[in-house]
Amino acid sequence: MQPFTYVRASNVGDAVKALSRGAKLLAGGTTLYDLMKLRIERPERIIDINHLGELKHFDTSGERELVFGALARMSEVAADAGLVRDYPAISESLWRAASQQLRNMASLGGNLLQRTRCPYFRGGEPYACNKRDPGSGCAAAEGLDRGQALLGASPSCSAVYPGDFAAALVAFDAEIDVVGPGGERVLPFEELHREPADTPQKETTLEPGEMIVRIRIPVTPLGRASTFLKVRDRESYAFALASAAVALEMDGDVVRDARVAVGGLATRPWRARAAERLLIGRRFDESAARAAGEAALDGAIPGRSNAFRIELGIRTVTDALMTARQRA
Amino acid sequence: MTGTVTLSQAQPRRATASLSVTLMVNGAIHDLFIDVRTSLLDALREHIGLTGAKKGCDHGQCGACTVHIDGRRVVSCLTLAAQAQGYDVGTIEGLQGVDGALHPMQQAFIDHDALQCGYCTPGQIMSAIACVQEGHAKSLDEIREYMSGNLCRCGAYVGIVAAIEDVAARTQG
Repeated sequence: MQPFTYVRASNVGDAVKALSRGAKLLAGGTTLYDLMKLRIERPERIIDINHLGELKHFDTSGERELVFGALARMSEVAADAGLVRDYPAISESLWRAASQQLRNMASLGGNLLQRTRCPYFRGGEPYACNKRDPGSGCAAAEGLDRGQALLGASPSCSAVYPGDFAAALVAFDAEIDVVGPGGERVLPFEELHREPADTPQKETTLEPGEMIVRIRIPVTPLGRASTFLKVRDRESYAFALASAAVALEMDGDVVRDARVAVGGLATRPWRARAAERLLIGRRFDESAARAAGEAALDGAIPGRSNAFRIELGIRTVTDALMTARQRA
Repeated sequence: MTGTVTLSQAQPRRATASLSVTLMVNGAIHDLFIDVRTSLLDALREHIGLTGAKKGCDHGQCGACTVHIDGRRVVSCLTLAAQAQGYDVGTIEGLQGVDGALHPMQQAFIDHDALQCGYCTPGQIMSAIACVQEGHAKSLDEIREYMSGNLCRCGAYVGIVAAIEDVAARTQG
């Protein structure tokens, strides 16, 4: 690991100043320190933002929106009684991620920016990786692709965006507040992450020196009949092979409004609006749910050994919608 | 970091940054002067001499290094030692009472045969204590879910779950 200097920030201004001079922000450290050990991240300066108390609060009782400071811990937010009752998909997306130890450490803002688990990205120098070393190629193209993305991939990168929380946020039209050298701005969460195209090293639309300070979710009746379903190689503590964050608002048997997002299948958080359009105004039953699942996976491009995740994704969306219907 | 450095890998030597860190571990203060890269796990094991927390994967995937920070369970391998300054660190060595009596969770692990080789056990026990304190031991399924961050390659899971269920039943009355 490359040596670095370690400083604690005492306010957001300090953090932004250091960030714009090339420092890396340290929150939970569960991604950054891990990737430093693998020599994937090599920061020369680290600024520890864990003492910025104003970013630790969250409030789920507002009439217009739910507000989460970027340093709120995943475990604390997952356990919030209001969230468990009114937005189960959000709570589930948090407690089904990682382990309780990691959730106690990891911050919401850091979680949104966690890097891919693509083994060729994490594997380091022996493997070509356009995300880690732009222009070097993509070892997954000729390698093991069971876990690679089926949606949003490009010839230069098929690395999956791994976060669960993001699937719930994209489904509920979240916004993030970002502070940078030029002040504060609001960014629709859906615009935070980029598809790899031919620049997979650029993962987000954050400008140099910008940090996420807050996440806001508009209050919606869709929250109550929502769920986050995650399918993995083992039942707990693993990344998703396929996941779905869905929500329904019903008018009798007819769908008044719907939200569908998938995770674990795409290169970025993936809202499936075609699936929502298909459900809205239609009588809900299992065949409608299945049709929505198929619409969500429309355009999926399989590789050599990940085609099974198309059907898995369809069934994950279908099952999630059936669960949401029971909660409506 | 270790191993033979070949000439092609050799680089101009840069000063390794070290810093002073004061850690509070099991109620005792330790003043350390350590490499800035040192994890809390390495600080505990190599600098303070508390070898209960184990290094399994060193990447936050196995839970063998689980300790408490301000009563919350974390993996010490992904915590910088410098980050832990100002907090109360608790390890397996701090569990036994002043009379030397085992913590109820330690005793339950013995009673339920919840280990074989024992390497994961300190992490399992620290995680298990937190699991009960958090209120995440109300059913077998919940125990399994909230203990999934601690792997046991001997497969002592049946005994581990039984030990936690036992302590939880007595704690919650």
